[in-house]
Amino acid sequence: MMKQDLIVYLGVLILALVFYFVITEPVVFSPTVSLILIGIIGLVLLYILIKTIRGQVFGRRTVFLFVGIAVVLPFFMSIRQDIKLSPEVEELYNAVMALQPGSKVLVSLDYDPPSAPELQPMAESFFLLCFRRDLKVIVMGLWPQGPQQAELAIQKILDRPEMASRNIRYGIDYVNLGFQTGNEFVIQRMGGSFRSMFSTDYYGTPYDSLPLVRNITNFNNIDFSFNLSAGYPGTIEWVQVAVDRYGVKLGAGNTAVQAPQVYPYLRAGQLTGLLGGLNGAAEFEKVTGVLGKGTKFMVSQSFSHVIVIAFIIIGNVAYFMGRKQETKKKQ
Amino acid sequence: MNLKIVFVGFFIFLFSHGLTLAQESSDSAFTANDTISVVPPDVTPVIVKNVEVRDNPNDEGGAIRIHWSLSIDDYKGGKVVRYVILRGTDPRGKFENLGDVSSGTGQFIDNATEDKVEYYYKVAAVNEKKEDGRLLWSVSADSDIVGPVKSSAQWFNFERINVFVGTLFVCLAIFIYIQMAKSGRNLYVRKIAGLESVDEAVGRATEMGRKILYVPGINDMDNVQTIAGITILGRVAQIAAEYETWIEVPTCRSLVMVTAKEIVKEAYSKAGRPDAYNEDQVHYLTDDQFGYAAAIDGMIVRERPAAIFYMGAFFAESLIMAETGNSIGAIQIAGTGQPSQLPFFVASCDYTLIGEELFAASAYLSREPRLLGSLKGQDLAKAAILVSIIVGVVLETFGLFQFSGFFRVIGE
Amino acid sequence: MRREIPLIITAVVGFVYVIQYFIPHYPFNNLNGWFSDWFSIIGACAIWLGALNLMRISFDKVYKKRRDWGYSIIIILSFALIVVIGFGGGRDFRDLGTNFDWLYRFIYTPLSATMFALLAFFVASASYRAFRARNLEASLLLVAAFFVMIGRVPVGDALVTKVAGLISLPIPDAVLPSKIATWIMNYINAAGQRAIMIGIALGIVSTSLRVILGIERAHLGGE
Repeated sequence: MMKQDLIVYLGVLILALVFYFVITEPVVFSPTVSLILIGIIGLVLLYILIKTIRGQVFGRRTVFLFVGIAVVLPFFMSIRQDIKLSPEVEELYNAVMALQPGSKVLVSLDYDPPSAPELQPMAESFFLLCFRRDLKVIVMGLWPQGPQQAELAIQKILDRPEMASRNIRYGIDYVNLGFQTGNEFVIQRMGGSFRSMFSTDYYGTPYDSLPLVRNITNFNNIDFSFNLSAGYPGTIEWVQVAVDRYGVKLGAGNTAVQAPQVYPYLRAGQLTGLLGGLNGAAEFEKVTGVLGKGTKFMVSQSFSHVIVIAFIIIGNVAYFMGRKQETKKKQ
Repeated sequence: MNLKIVFVGFFIFLFSHGLTLAQESSDSAFTANDTISVVPPDVTPVIVKNVEVRDNPNDEGGAIRIHWSLSIDDYKGGKVVRYVILRGTDPRGKFENLGDVSSGTGQFIDNATEDKVEYYYKVAAVNEKKEDGRLLWSVSADSDIVGPVKSSAQWFNFERINVFVGTLFVCLAIFIYIQMAKSGRNLYVRKIAGLESVDEAVGRATEMGRKILYVPGINDMDNVQTIAGITILGRVAQIAAEYETWIEVPTCRSLVMVTAKEIVKEAYSKAGRPDAYNEDQVHYLTDDQFGYAAAIDGMIVRERPAAIFYMGAFFAESLIMAETGNSIGAIQIAGTGQPSQLPFFVASCDYTLIGEELFAASAYLSREPRLLGSLKGQDLAKAAILVSIIVGVVLETFGLFQFSGFFRVIGE
Repeated sequence: MRREIPLIITAVVGFVYVIQYFIPHYPFNNLNGWFSDWFSIIGACAIWLGALNLMRISFDKVYKKRRDWGYSIIIILSFALIVVIGFGGGRDFRDLGTNFDWLYRFIYTPLSATMFALLAFFVASASYRAFRARNLEASLLLVAAFFVMIGRVPVGDALVTKVAGLISLPIPDAVLPSKIATWIMNYINAAGQRAIMIGIALGIVSTSLRVILGIERAHLGGE
């Protein structure tokens, strides 16, 4: 078993190295080639449907193969989609736009690298919007890797040419308070005093030495909060403690898996706007006018959703064919 | 001669520097002297009026609430950019800058007061201009001084009276039914398929001669779902010990490992087979969410357990584990209080305990009257909530009474 | 006494947690913080228990050459690598550009992201198996899933508009897949989620009360 595994790992490694050294330039198919490829995939799916009608059952490996193709292929295609704004994304955008320049925004990044493909584009476009609007950003994390993700996002935004002229300075325009252990208790104690939870920032600078936060005691000094969450602790804890107990105005960005659980809070008015999954990220990128990874990856998501729907139809055909055969056998 | 010039220069420096320091420690939030370019005429905002100060209610002390009517210059594009709050202990003495709020805000809570000390406040309406982050000019207009006011701690938070009544009701309902159950009254509990099948799952593992894998979620012992999952582990481990089937518990948290070890050991003792217990049955993998999921997947694929239990708090890793278990044909029973993960478990597992069923499992499996009583009390609370929802929907739909106000807990 | 002391600690801490929510006065306002600090301290110390347990079992597996012992070597080596590089980096081991940061960005991040990405495949295979029109309820679920899946991506609206355009059928904005998906998420999904959440909340209250009162002792290894 282990020897077989090692051979597979070695094979994958060699393949990756071959790709790395052979394909040095990014490959992009022309629209015609892209359409031909989509057509071929469609024809193969039709073939699978016909085979299913004839009684052949396709296993999960076929599904995996097609989902893999649907996710990877769009990276090589030059396809654009018209992304429409949902009300919850618009609500978040409007809330940020309504803030006066100089308003303090608390951003909590409660996720780690696995969820970054969905949440990092949200973080980047949110920071960009804040810096453009001259809002003061205070970053923190209830997950150990959250502040690190924030650093990556902020650095990326500050490297943009439009930011160079804005002279955005650490400690004055933004602060990274770092990670604090204790889950929802951290939020609760921040209700009393931020200083008690973050005596120093991410870099070890004392709280009182940072001009931006020196005069910030607790949530009362915060004009808006934004939470990016991939699980526990996350948006639900922020709603239950920061919103319900301290009256904080909160917007949120969640992974697609987590988003349905957060919708009730949006409907109840406890959340001011929600970005759900990659779709939310792409919509927010559209509204901020910066097309980033969210928009790019959305093509893959569209493709894979269509493939899954195709296989749900094939699965149902297989189910009805199976039932038909069973009835025949009984007769 | 040169020495004289140096001395004069030194005094001029000291004098000017001293002046700058005096400016910085000025009582007012900002003055026109802070500016680095000429202040245009007619930019000073009108002062705020009706400044009111009072002890922040329902708190632990150390906070004073300041309210004011917005300056008439506070509108979009008006002369107020922000308000600076100033505090002092003597109306004729020095006032310190507490912080600022954006224009359009008429409230500030000073959370850094000392109880029983008298404070005075004033609010400065500030107008300023910045360019590329640099302050060009700033002017402010201070309100009248208000005070004195003292902060103090309260013994009860009246904002939470509705939560208190609700908690009391639920606790009482549970308590009364526990008493009724103790007095011998027979309590009916509906069948829960997921729990009925525990025996079947363990039995199947025994027949196949394969192990049982028990996954207690990825949260720590401070989560009630983990406690519920660990409680069920005790029953499953006891049945496994009786059937002489190997049960393995890989954990994501060290404290869960320690607790699970104790429980499995106890379960083997209860089953009369303490010698069969092995320390390595319960072991730690990693705190990392997906590292844990990868390790569990590896165990499922390599060791092919016949039965897999997922009981506790699960997040995005739920489907990764459950689908792998499904692919090897294991009988799978899941239970979680995470609503977003329930659809995944329902799709991939044979039986799923939905939310509250997970918490009812302990009572259901043990049939202990006191535990069953608590389930009944829980039902009564649920009935009360249902009635409230129906009454609320009717009243609010016809605009008769704002019933939802009773359930409000957000601030003042 | 082995059971009584944990039971007393549970009862005291449990009651204090409930009381401090309603009484903001000293000392109740601080107890919450103290207890959570203690939990954090105990949890942090317990990390070593877990790490040592993992190492002991891995070494044991290698020593006794049990099945798949090769993987245990990988565990031991990875553990040693991270610990040595982490401690070697001193206080600022997490800073950008350090060796630990390199491991974090180029090994840990892609590995974790790969595991998360597997969800796409598993969601597809689970949908393929689960969404079948077996009966009325399953069919309703299937229809809802169809609209949410197609409506949450831009291609849904584009497809419907294009097909409608081909047959010259006017499509009102309200019946576009994206609108239907939003409606399902906002009303049907939110209502279902709320119902489940109320049940779960009551379950948590009931379990917590049983634990605080000492009626539920199974988590301590007792009846």
